[in-house]
Amino acid sequence: MLNLIGNYSLIFALLISLILIIYCFIKFKSKKNLDFNLIVIIFLQFTLISLSFFTLVFAFINSDFSNLAVYNNSHTSKPLFYKISGTWGNHEGSLLLWLMVLSLFSLFFLFKTKKLLSSFRVLTIFFQQIIIVGFLFFIIFTSNPFQLILPTPIEGLGLNPILQDPVLAIHPPILYLGYVGSSIIFSSSLAALTCNYVNKDWAADIKNWSLISWIFLTIGIMLGSIWAYYELGWGGFWFWDSVENVSLMPWLCLTALLHSSSVLEKRSILQSWTIILALCTFILSMSGTFLVRSGILNSVHTFANDPERGVFVLIFLIILVLISLILYFKFNHSETTSKSFFLSKETAIIINNWFIMYFLSVVLVGTIYPIFLEIITEAKISVGPPYFNQLIVPFLIPFLILMALGSKLDWIKNKKLKLNIKKLTLLILSILISFYIVRNLNIKILYLTVLISAALYLFFTTIIDLKNKKLKWSQKISHLAFSILILSIILNSVFSEELSVNMKAGEQKIILNKTINFEKITKQEIDNYTSLIAEIEINQDNKKIKFYPELRFYKVSETITSEADIKTNLFNDNLLVVNYLKDTDYLNIRYQKKPFMMLIWLSAVMLALGGLIGLRDKLK
Amino acid sequence: MKIRLSFIFLFCLILFVAFVFYKSLFDDKNYAPKNINNKIENISIKEFYTDKNFYLKNLFEEETLMAINIWASWCIPCRQEHRYINKLSEIDNLKLVGLNYKDKKNSAQMFLRELGNPFDIILTDTDGTKSIFLGAYGVPETLILDRELKIIKKYIGPINSDIVNEIKTIIK
Repeated sequence: MLNLIGNYSLIFALLISLILIIYCFIKFKSKKNLDFNLIVIIFLQFTLISLSFFTLVFAFINSDFSNLAVYNNSHTSKPLFYKISGTWGNHEGSLLLWLMVLSLFSLFFLFKTKKLLSSFRVLTIFFQQIIIVGFLFFIIFTSNPFQLILPTPIEGLGLNPILQDPVLAIHPPILYLGYVGSSIIFSSSLAALTCNYVNKDWAADIKNWSLISWIFLTIGIMLGSIWAYYELGWGGFWFWDSVENVSLMPWLCLTALLHSSSVLEKRSILQSWTIILALCTFILSMSGTFLVRSGILNSVHTFANDPERGVFVLIFLIILVLISLILYFKFNHSETTSKSFFLSKETAIIINNWFIMYFLSVVLVGTIYPIFLEIITEAKISVGPPYFNQLIVPFLIPFLILMALGSKLDWIKNKKLKLNIKKLTLLILSILISFYIVRNLNIKILYLTVLISAALYLFFTTIIDLKNKKLKWSQKISHLAFSILILSIILNSVFSEELSVNMKAGEQKIILNKTINFEKITKQEIDNYTSLIAEIEINQDNKKIKFYPELRFYKVSETITSEADIKTNLFNDNLLVVNYLKDTDYLNIRYQKKPFMMLIWLSAVMLALGGLIGLRDKLK
Repeated sequence: MKIRLSFIFLFCLILFVAFVFYKSLFDDKNYAPKNINNKIENISIKEFYTDKNFYLKNLFEEETLMAINIWASWCIPCRQEHRYINKLSEIDNLKLVGLNYKDKKNSAQMFLRELGNPFDIILTDTDGTKSIFLGAYGVPETLILDRELKIIKKYIGPINSDIVNEIKTIIK
């Protein structure tokens, strides 16, 4: 019964979309004003889609195994929280969530843009509905979450235990909010292009939407990385894994868009560039999701490997890209205002955009080049962290320095950039501190000194800029956060320590002036798994730390996961993971010292906070 | 409307990208090259634990076929395929040889302790030169050889349960 409700409300939502597309088109052609009906119809559509989504949530809560998606992804022994999060932990459910957020954003758009040109609003809804129709077709015909199985099974197949984690339960919806937020940017740019409305008002509006997307993407990426760090127990937070890259690319594009849209807002230049960035953000989000979901790029997030679904998304993606391409070439007549290169804020932002585009292309090439190479030459390669580190990190040095200097220039034309005593002292101070930090290392001293000096210089400058009254708080906070983020990442990667040893309970070993004492191990039966908790004490320079790492044996899926025990403070993380060694009573113990992890998370939150302040200022 | 050259260029580029994505959708992630009727030279490779050199032909005892699995602890797909390698070790009449590729000894040992050691013998290729003789593209890769060191089958990429079954039928 509930399954039928869910299914039919999706079909009705599809009908409404088709009606809306025609309705909007007629409205636009006849140049009539937007009326109240439109809002009502869109609200109705949103209600139908949410109804369908909550029906699915309900099926998951009730463990209704007559539903195929529930059967495949849930289990009666799972805690309620994970039953609910199981709704979007699978392919079908996650698409339904996408769709719900998509229609929610259309509704918001109508409410929030009352002051803007009416034909522009109608057209935005038109493009937005095309995206919604695409998703509805996809869900109803290839990944219907309301498929039934007969006879009803008694028990479900469970969920991947690695995915049973509170962080991961909220990570996908937040990331989706970011991705889907960019759909509004996409539709609204196409509409603005067509109506020849690429101006200051539009830029101010698009900046709000980019900020919303950007905040959610920042938090979403951070949560993903927290999950990798705490749950996967690989002792790192960023692996240049294809899934991570795929979420990083729209983020980079959005960051560039945020900066270029404020140039458009203030100075009415860079129209085409802003449009291109706006279109690319959504296309990157969509193609990223396509690549990961279709199984072309392998990862933990690959749900289903069904080429038919992949073809559907691919066709949809091409239609969207071609629509944007044709509209762009047909309607874009704006500017080639000859512009000499003054020392000004806009110049600084353009250079910032170039750098971001460079980083973006490095990530893009590293992620999709292997696919091309394989198809064309049948050669298989894998691109790993060294590629990204070597191509990105050296270019951070000029980027950071320019960010320190460029962000407080004036619009239009700056007076001469004075090399005053203050700047020089800061620079020298940064170099001295950074040399002091790296002096005991034996590797790449010069390179690291320069890199850390650049990061420190940006840090000091942003600290001093906090008092600068000319700058906006959103900029001050997010730039400071970015400098802390970069600095912590660099120091973390330079100063991490690790040791690994195999021991059994009762043993004691001394390695590299650390005493490791494996005291005992206790066994416990919990809900849906058996847990082994080890007690291990590490003693270094008379500082004792006691760890309780855990191994979990999940009965249903016969998987073992290890939960790291992490002792965290602001400046240092001590992390201990045990791994199960087959057919022995030994455990593999891995102890890691990771400085500044907490600062990485905090600065990412602060980065998002900067965005939030910007949004509040804009909406005031 | 005069169609601009840049438009045509971008249009073609998009079609090309779409074509590649389309093809890779149907691309089998494991594939066996066609021209595999090559013989491998009977080279000698160092043993993993003892550093003794072994000639490939001398590894055969009474088995008729040999499977060489090229793996490394840093390779994530190897981690995924390892349980299928474990299944391979249950097959009779198959010598299961692991070739540890460009790896640190400690990490390789840890990998085996964590996931099990299914290999009858492990050889080591610290600089990647021996794998060239085997015609390897990368890791993981699995070769099936007969007693004359003729390559009967070659699987590039992680193996799965279908491939395990296929190898079983080859042996029968």
